[in-house]
Amino acid sequence: MRLKIKRIKEVMGFNTLRLCMLVVVMILAVIFYDIFSKGAGIISWEFLTKPPVDGMTKGGIFPAILGTFFVTAITAILAVPLGMGCAIYLNEYARDNGLTRFIRLSIRNLSGVPSIVYGLFGVTLFVDMCHFGTSILSAGATLGLMTLPLTITASEEALKTVPRSYREGALALGATKWQSIRTNVLPFAIPGILTGTILGLSRAAGETAPILFTGAAFFLPDIPNSIFSQFMALPYHLYIMSTQHHNISLVRPIAYGTALVLIALVFLMNLVAVIIRYRLRKRGMAHG
Amino acid sequence: MDKKIRMKAKDVDFYYGPVQVLKRIDLDIFENNVTAIIGPSGCGKSTFIRLLNRMHELVSNARLEGSITLDGKDIMAPEVDPVEIRRKVGMVFQKPNPFPKSIYENIAYGLEVNGVRDRDFIEQKVVESLKKSALWEEVKTRLHESALRLSGGQQQRLCIARCLAIEPEVVLFDEPCASLDPISTHKVEALILELKKDYTIVIVTHNMQQAARVSDHTGFFYMGELVEFDKTEVIFTRPRDKRTEDYITGRFG
Ligand SMILES: Nc1ncnc2c1ncn2[C@@H]1O[C@H](COP(=O)(O)OP(=O)(O)OP(=O)(O)O)[C@@H](O)[C@H]1O
Ligand SMILES: [Mg+2]
Repeated sequence: MRLKIKRIKEVMGFNTLRLCMLVVVMILAVIFYDIFSKGAGIISWEFLTKPPVDGMTKGGIFPAILGTFFVTAITAILAVPLGMGCAIYLNEYARDNGLTRFIRLSIRNLSGVPSIVYGLFGVTLFVDMCHFGTSILSAGATLGLMTLPLTITASEEALKTVPRSYREGALALGATKWQSIRTNVLPFAIPGILTGTILGLSRAAGETAPILFTGAAFFLPDIPNSIFSQFMALPYHLYIMSTQHHNISLVRPIAYGTALVLIALVFLMNLVAVIIRYRLRKRGMAHG
Repeated sequence: MDKKIRMKAKDVDFYYGPVQVLKRIDLDIFENNVTAIIGPSGCGKSTFIRLLNRMHELVSNARLEGSITLDGKDIMAPEVDPVEIRRKVGMVFQKPNPFPKSIYENIAYGLEVNGVRDRDFIEQKVVESLKKSALWEEVKTRLHESALRLSGGQQQRLCIARCLAIEPEVVLFDEPCASLDPISTHKVEALILELKKDYTIVIVTHNMQQAARVSDHTGFFYMGELVEFDKTEVIFTRPRDKRTEDYITGRFG
């Protein structure tokens, strides 16, 4: 009898968990289906390579794709080296005391700051104080700041997975601390660092709030010619097309098409992360 | 005693934060001898030998008093580079810790970080150290395979080879056979006796027979103190201290 109750509990527990998983998968599937079914129709070579025309009721979204690409590049240039450096310092060099614990806590909290707050901060710091104006540089730097806590945390987690014995082994052979980190710790942490970083970057690529006041333009059919130009961006274009346009119902398909391109882009970045990881793992003779 | 003293610990007190782990240790390590360190778990054996190549500095709240010398020179002196000490005083760890690289690269690594660029020299050193550590016959056909695919005993001998490749003068072994089967243990012991001709060796071990078989001098640590230090035959046949006798006869520990 006792056994039977145990068995029932087991089955119920298992099915509850399975239900949770199914709900999540369904939500995802519905979102994908919705966007794909409404957006796929408009995707064409022209949509991807031409600027919007006729009051943004026709044409493509090329400037927005390009803008998002440039801004994300600036974000990466800023957030990746800085984040990795910071993580290496925190994990390998800094002593584990009250101060470093406080710094770590602050970094974690920073990743919880709403993106619109980063946007406001970006205006003050980059647009005004640094005189970058509303530009690709300002927007990229703002997104870089926003991504930094994520890259630091991801890099630190990746460094933590490298066993202590690799560091000790290298040092015992007469390696300097930096040599041991560079040749015997980083190579094994890089796949993890990359995955976390690219995830952070793909989130940044889809943000609207931080670029809203720092450089994104409503309509700018010309290709930006320097990092000090304003730009169009996919998430902002999507926002315009679905809330600010003078004829929202007419441009609905364009909005969905933009959403699809944005999702595809994010998906592509994650795919690249997976491939890099796989490649490095094959070459690096998986540790652990 | 007629032998030359290579390393000497004098009045060594050692602390992790507020906790004193070693108390007034005085111990001499003789050239071309095997010095065994025995004692119950947690008595500070690993802590002590990690002082000998300054590995204790990796722990941020570690504090050392007293002096440790190598050929009469204080190795803790502020002007001494720990990297220099670790090249002269090599270490093989309790758990085999090959790097996730090929067998060849594992051995080449120590040479490369020490600035050796000559590929021929590295190649020659790899072969030589593998022969010295009695691993050559088993791995000569697969030098470029991952070291992680070796058995535990082979991994430990690879770590020994890796250590020998950079030509240390003193080699520290921290329970090198702790995770090995009797056959591998026997190989490592034979190797230690062989190495003693060219190197000065310190070995931590939990195995009394091993200490008796391979060492010339033995130190018995108990709760952070060096209770007794003497020729191995003296320690094992007529120890002066009751605690040493109890330990080696297996009455506690
Ligand atoms: N990093 C550390 N921080 C604080 N205390 C430590 C640290 N490492 C070791 N200790 C303490 O120092 C004491 C001696 O440890 P040690 O590792 O030297 O013992 P041992 O003799 O090698 O033991 P075993 O035979 O089990 O390896 C132990 O009480 C241990 O808890
Ligand atoms: Mg130990």
